[in-house]
Amino acid sequence: MLDLDTTFSALSDPTRRAILGRLALGEQTVMELAQPFDMSQPAISKHLRVLESAGLIARRVEGAKRPCRLAKGGVDAIDQWLAMLRKALAGNYDRLDALLADMKPSKGRRKR
Amino acid sequence: MSTLTLRTEGDKYVVVTRRFAAPPEAVYRAHTEPKLVQKWLLGPDGWTMPVCICEAKPHGKIRYEWANGKGGDFYLTGEFIELEPYRRIVHVERMHLPDATPDNRIETRFDPDGTGTLMTMRMTLPDVETRTRMLTSGMERGMEASYVRLEGII
Repeated sequence: MLDLDTTFSALSDPTRRAILGRLALGEQTVMELAQPFDMSQPAISKHLRVLESAGLIARRVEGAKRPCRLAKGGVDAIDQWLAMLRKALAGNYDRLDALLADMKPSKGRRKR
Repeated sequence: MSTLTLRTEGDKYVVVTRRFAAPPEAVYRAHTEPKLVQKWLLGPDGWTMPVCICEAKPHGKIRYEWANGKGGDFYLTGEFIELEPYRRIVHVERMHLPDATPDNRIETRFDPDGTGTLMTMRMTLPDVETRTRMLTSGMERGMEASYVRLEGII
């Protein structure tokens, strides 16, 4: 869940703020992120988990890699939700089209 | 023809429109008769609605229970407020994820449009916390797979 305490706590660490700064330039893998810091990949991964659970970054799966990017926040979070709603509704209404097409013949039969 | 439009109205509402080839009477019935609702109000592929209570009268109860056969079951409850047969439905609903989301008041209109229907649905845009819960629960309930598929296509 997004809440301000989690967000602020995630942002309290300078390494994590620096990671966010790097991600503002575009998506990066853990290895790419670890390079400029004097830290191991597991240590960076730990920071990434904190940022991810605070909803500040998002990761996708690409083979064995899990590239990170900034999570969309604020207004973009609304867009994300609207996209999910649109997808669910579009699927439902396509099914409803089929159902309505099936309802017509029974009405026709009644008239005959 | 059957394109869905979805827009926000200020920062509080979402307005959805959709055209259907059938007349308002049929579209309205598909929204108020349990045996019909059960066939299309399902969300992502793989979901069914084993329980569908839909008492289409003022104060009538709504309860939809969804299942995907993988233990991701959840449900929605609500009440009808106003019904104008074949024209308009006003109801409130809430999702149980499992905690109830805040009540969402939804007005659905069915206007004749040639030989078909223009449906307009106006609902409340949920607050950040509710949206996050719905998004997260969507992920847990197997929507992640479809997002991954989508990313594969893009």
